[in-house]
Amino acid sequence: MTTDQPSTADILDTLVARFPGLETSAYRGQTRIVVGEPASLEVLSFLAAAGFDLLVDVTCVDYLEYRGATRRYGLVYLLASTVTPRRLTVRVFVDDPEPTVRSVVGVWRSADWLEREVWDMFGIHFIGHPDLRRLMMPEQFTAHPLRKDYPLQGRGERHNFPVLTREDG
Amino acid sequence: MALELPENVVVSRLDELASWCRKNSLWPMPFATACCGIELMATGAAKHDLARFGAEVFRFSPRQCDLMIVAGRVAMKMLPVLQRIWLQMHEPKWCISMGACASTGGVFDTYAVVQGIDRFIPVDMYVPGCPPRPEQLIQAIIDLQDKIQREGTITGREFDTRERQLRKRALVEAVGPLSIDAARNPVIQRELRFPRT
Repeated sequence: MTTDQPSTADILDTLVARFPGLETSAYRGQTRIVVGEPASLEVLSFLAAAGFDLLVDVTCVDYLEYRGATRRYGLVYLLASTVTPRRLTVRVFVDDPEPTVRSVVGVWRSADWLEREVWDMFGIHFIGHPDLRRLMMPEQFTAHPLRKDYPLQGRGERHNFPVLTREDG
Repeated sequence: MALELPENVVVSRLDELASWCRKNSLWPMPFATACCGIELMATGAAKHDLARFGAEVFRFSPRQCDLMIVAGRVAMKMLPVLQRIWLQMHEPKWCISMGACASTGGVFDTYAVVQGIDRFIPVDMYVPGCPPRPEQLIQAIIDLQDKIQREGTITGREFDTRERQLRKRALVEAVGPLSIDAARNPVIQRELRFPRT
């Protein structure tokens, strides 16, 4: 581990100076940043350049009817550094009717399938994604099943198949 | 009319002879998607020894099999694969639905899991259990052998069961926004080429 790496606090100071209005918080040694959507790509690119070279996960939370929530979808970017033992959580909140963020595939290649999964399950559009197809559900599927307003048992998709009889072959 | 038969000669019907040959040489196609598949492997392994019933030769090519054992839950993304494999198997063929998930969906009552494969393909024998023990699967195979011997015909007349299958028509009306891409669905394409009368 090199010692000349800036600490997380230093990076945060530079970040807040450069993007005023960022909300940061720390809880039990874990640092969290809340970014407003138009700046998310710039902030994440800055953090990548500042040493967070590993995108661990991109996922999402649907806060529909959640107590005290003001915005519907909260994206979660989990960043880590492979050089220093340092982790960071970045939250980006987006709203209906067309939840949209800019893709970070250009920053971390690992975002490719992670963003496809979030698109599949939550229907978040990632602008600039090279290949935004569904990852898990079949291509014909039209809903986004992890949204809170999607019924657990689906809308009949699981029964929408032709029936084979003995005479079919 | 009394007929003198030489010693060691048995008279039977051709149907029964064919059924006897078929039932003692079942070739299973293991469609194992979950923990039932582990019990299926145990059934075929040395301790439970499915070879005693002539069904030990598992083949992973549907062209070489005549008994499909669906062991485990079938996701809605997997169902077209299951149907395709079933269509690729040669007649005469049979299907065992092994375990709660394959038969009813089991505990997986969610948007992604098919609630019983018998909604979409014909099933001859159901095995309850979660997962069933190898003894239960062996019992199902023995029962299936009895069924083959009892109902089997050399021309396969016993498979003309269209009315029975139609009664299990699945809930296609309940579907809202899902659109199936007919051009890419092999089952639908086949349906269009060979329409049912």
